[in-house]
Amino acid sequence: MLLFIINRLIQAAGAVVVMSMLVFIGLYLIGDPTAMLVSPEANDLERAAVRQAFGLDQPIWMQYLTFVGNAARGDFGRSFLTGQPAMQLILERMPATIEMVVVAIGFAVLVGVPLGMLAGLRPKAASSKAVMTVSILGFSLPTFWIGLMLIMFFSVYLGLLPSSGRGSTVSVGGLSLSVLTPDGWRHLILPALTLGLAKAALIIRVTRAATREVLPMDYIKFARAKGVRPRRVVGVHLLRNILIPIVTVTGLEFGQAVAFAVVTETVFAWPGMGKLLIDSIIILDRPVVVAYLVLMVFFLIMLNLVVDILYMAIDPTAREKVRD
Amino acid sequence: MSTASPQAPTVAVETPFQRLRSQFLENRLATFGLILLALIIVPSVLAPWVAPQNPFDIGKLDIFESQLPPGSVSESLGITYWLGTDGQGRDVLSAILYGMRTSLIVAFVSVTGSLLIGATIGLTAAYFGGKVDALLMRIVDLQLSFPAILLALILLSVLGQGIDKVIIALIVVQWAYFARTARGTALVERNREYVQAARCLALSPQRIIFRHMLPNCMPPLIVIATIDLAHAIAAEATLSYLGIGVPVTQPSLGMLIANGFEFMLSGQYWISFFPGIALALIIVAINLVGDHLRDILNPRSAQ
Repeated sequence: MLLFIINRLIQAAGAVVVMSMLVFIGLYLIGDPTAMLVSPEANDLERAAVRQAFGLDQPIWMQYLTFVGNAARGDFGRSFLTGQPAMQLILERMPATIEMVVVAIGFAVLVGVPLGMLAGLRPKAASSKAVMTVSILGFSLPTFWIGLMLIMFFSVYLGLLPSSGRGSTVSVGGLSLSVLTPDGWRHLILPALTLGLAKAALIIRVTRAATREVLPMDYIKFARAKGVRPRRVVGVHLLRNILIPIVTVTGLEFGQAVAFAVVTETVFAWPGMGKLLIDSIIILDRPVVVAYLVLMVFFLIMLNLVVDILYMAIDPTAREKVRD
Repeated sequence: MSTASPQAPTVAVETPFQRLRSQFLENRLATFGLILLALIIVPSVLAPWVAPQNPFDIGKLDIFESQLPPGSVSESLGITYWLGTDGQGRDVLSAILYGMRTSLIVAFVSVTGSLLIGATIGLTAAYFGGKVDALLMRIVDLQLSFPAILLALILLSVLGQGIDKVIIALIVVQWAYFARTARGTALVERNREYVQAARCLALSPQRIIFRHMLPNCMPPLIVIATIDLAHAIAAEATLSYLGIGVPVTQPSLGMLIANGFEFMLSGQYWISFFPGIALALIIVAINLVGDHLRDILNPRSAQ
């Protein structure tokens, strides 16, 4: 088990290094951020001074090594735009994103699992077919489109919910959160719903497939034959066994949702780190983009690790396999 | 393999294509999807000839007729704006047709490219097995575990804007799905007798992979390609909506929707709404067709 975790951590470090290198080279190729840093009227001497101050006059490998050296100490450079440390800028925005994603995934699980079980238990029923059809739409329509339609209906037509921003927040241990105020919730509902709908559609399909796979199993038949109440068969025997794929998919989708928050945050002007990434890409704010990616790759790999560990906690057979 | 000579007596046997067609048309929903698809694709491809206006020719626009509601009649141009005009006086219907044209081009080219690259890599991995397989599939896994949207964002931030850049980004994002499917199918095909026979004839791996195995691995790849068209259209629209996909000078549904957003909040819904509906319709139509195609072409679900 420990060996497994160590092995995965080494892989993670490798992936972070490769990723940062690719992004670094790529961003280096697209151009010179000097133009952004100095005023258009600056003369060559001033330009050179700025280039030197930001280390842009060094060869690329030297810049990369400097970057790695600094990164190892937690310094990812300063934003070209604001001059703040890049990582700090991202971490400041992170709670907003995580908060929205947690609510979205929570919604997706609460809606997706029951509907998926329903569709799996009664595959021929009209309601199940309707659920499946809607779920196809749920993950094939683009996220920004769903967000737009929700804004059009709830904000413009009904005038019920705000279409942008985060609303009032409460600071808890240095983190500002929207989920603790009624106004924050009003702002949070639409973005979270937008992000959650596609995830709910996916969870419905996974749950349905798992349910249909587990239903013909002997232990279900045995429980039924023994006279266990149907509610208990579904709630205990079935649910425990379909949990494995659901936990795996939900865990991995959490990472996807954080990435996709880029789109949702842009639609709803939600001040999270996804919006920051888009803004930084558009103005070529290299340190912020690189820092975001390094953080994201690290996050995704850790998430994978957590999912694997959870997986082993639920499924005893997977534990055996790792031990062998 | 052999084509019938003209003199050969014709036997009334359904060709595979005819069988596919009759099976397809049995399903009403899928047929509806196909008709819807044709109704969107034909006018979009012919946009320069059938659209009421070229919305990207500044000289043809009347800036004083901006933000007109649907059904307004243009006083200077003598056309009816069936779906209204946007903030620069563009006919929304024409802009949708031109934008859809861009979306279709991007989707077809990127999906074809991903199919070719993915199938080649997947088949190669399956044919050679061993270390080649392990290495190629490791790359595929790594790629699939990284969120597609982020990869596309990074690529476009490196490559810059442009229709060709969007196509490249989408190919890089999508090839891995095709590679995985092609490998899965090819692993089964590899042990079939015809492949063994071809090996006994000492044909080159290249020839066996492309002439013998590839045609037999096509059905599942075609199904994925169909559904993937919808994904590509959605992805292109998303990237353009974010402002890093198709450049402002080119028509695109995503950008049209993004531009209409500010007007939407003040009640001028049509600038965003109709392009949004067009986008949703084509995605739904492709899914209806693709879903049924999967049922027909997958021998397991056919029974």
